[in-house]
Amino acid sequence: MLDLRLYMAQRLSAMVMAPLVLGHIAVMVYAIQGGLSTAEILGRTQGSIPWLLFYGTFVLAVSVHAAIGLRVIVHETTGLRGRGLRIFTWGTGIVLLMMGARAVAAVTML
Amino acid sequence: MSENTKTLEVSVWRGTQEGGAFETFSVPAQESQTVLDVVSWIQQSADPTLTYRYACRVGMCGSCAMMVNGQPRWTCRTHVSRVLDGNRLEIAPLRNLPVIKDLAADMDPFFDKWIKAGGVHRPSRTRHEPIQEVSPEEPGRVEANKAIECINCSVCYAACDTVAGNEDYLGPAALQRAWTLYNDEKVQDRGAILDAVSGSDGCLNCHTQGSCTRYCPNELDPLSAIAGLKRAVATSFFRRRA
Ligand code: SF4
Ligand code: SF4
Ligand code: FES
Repeated sequence: MLDLRLYMAQRLSAMVMAPLVLGHIAVMVYAIQGGLSTAEILGRTQGSIPWLLFYGTFVLAVSVHAAIGLRVIVHETTGLRGRGLRIFTWGTGIVLLMMGARAVAAVTML
Repeated sequence: MSENTKTLEVSVWRGTQEGGAFETFSVPAQESQTVLDVVSWIQQSADPTLTYRYACRVGMCGSCAMMVNGQPRWTCRTHVSRVLDGNRLEIAPLRNLPVIKDLAADMDPFFDKWIKAGGVHRPSRTRHEPIQEVSPEEPGRVEANKAIECINCSVCYAACDTVAGNEDYLGPAALQRAWTLYNDEKVQDRGAILDAVSGSDGCLNCHTQGSCTRYCPNELDPLSAIAGLKRAVATSFFRRRA
């Protein structure tokens, strides 16, 4: 159930995600080791364009990647196809994107 | 001979696409007995209505494949001693294909996909032109040679879990054939091959777990052929856009 477009979207989003995942883990380790408080973290992320771009790109890549991955699993385990499968793929992507965008907005917007 | 006093308990699938059940037969064990020998013994000595298929009996024709103790095998070249579970054998029609009757699976979907994947040779020259010379050392020819011993037995197709989950998936044998043609110097229209294998039923759906390569009785490697197709398709994605 993957044509070339979906396949490339999934591979390219994975390539985008790989360095971002490492960056995210590094940030987590740093924040915990350094004993940063919530207020200190928000103080650095709020109003920061670089953090908005970092996590914004992350959320976009995750939404694309996960929606396509789940599409394959759902098709191969339940046999869902056609319109239903399209709606599922887009629905998953949009829900993930909205949830992620909300979280990114909450930590990076003033 | 003591060998002949032993018997095998053989459960054989009886039925059609509408339904059926396993039927158990006691079959005398022989030395160097193949699974096909067992099936033939049942048909000749116990129940002449048993339906199954074979032709060459030497691993050339690809018509005798069945599920043996849950795994796809070419039955004419599979020794009973290698697959026996205690003294039990369970023999069923090939997985992932409709059943015609008993052990005879309907191979049509397998061959239809072979054609759908572009498996028909489209010559680039007519009979009036001189024959194109192909060097056996040419890298494309070397790659193409790897799969030409495919006997169309459908063992890999039966082993493939992606076919089980996605009935449109072209499957390992058809895609391997496409890779062979893609590397064949005599084939001109490579783009047409990539188009045929890159749709929603094509090579991009392979999970790369390699059951096809593990079970192919001729020790071919559809897994690597499909990996080659994926690379070619992904590269063409950028090239065609550029
Ligand atoms: S490697 Fe691909 S073609 Fe081979 S059995 Fe697995 S999914 Fe099927
Ligand atoms: S690739 Fe191997 S298992 Fe598959 S059809 Fe050809 S010979 Fe049979
Ligand atoms: S009978 Fe021909 S391959 Fe087994």
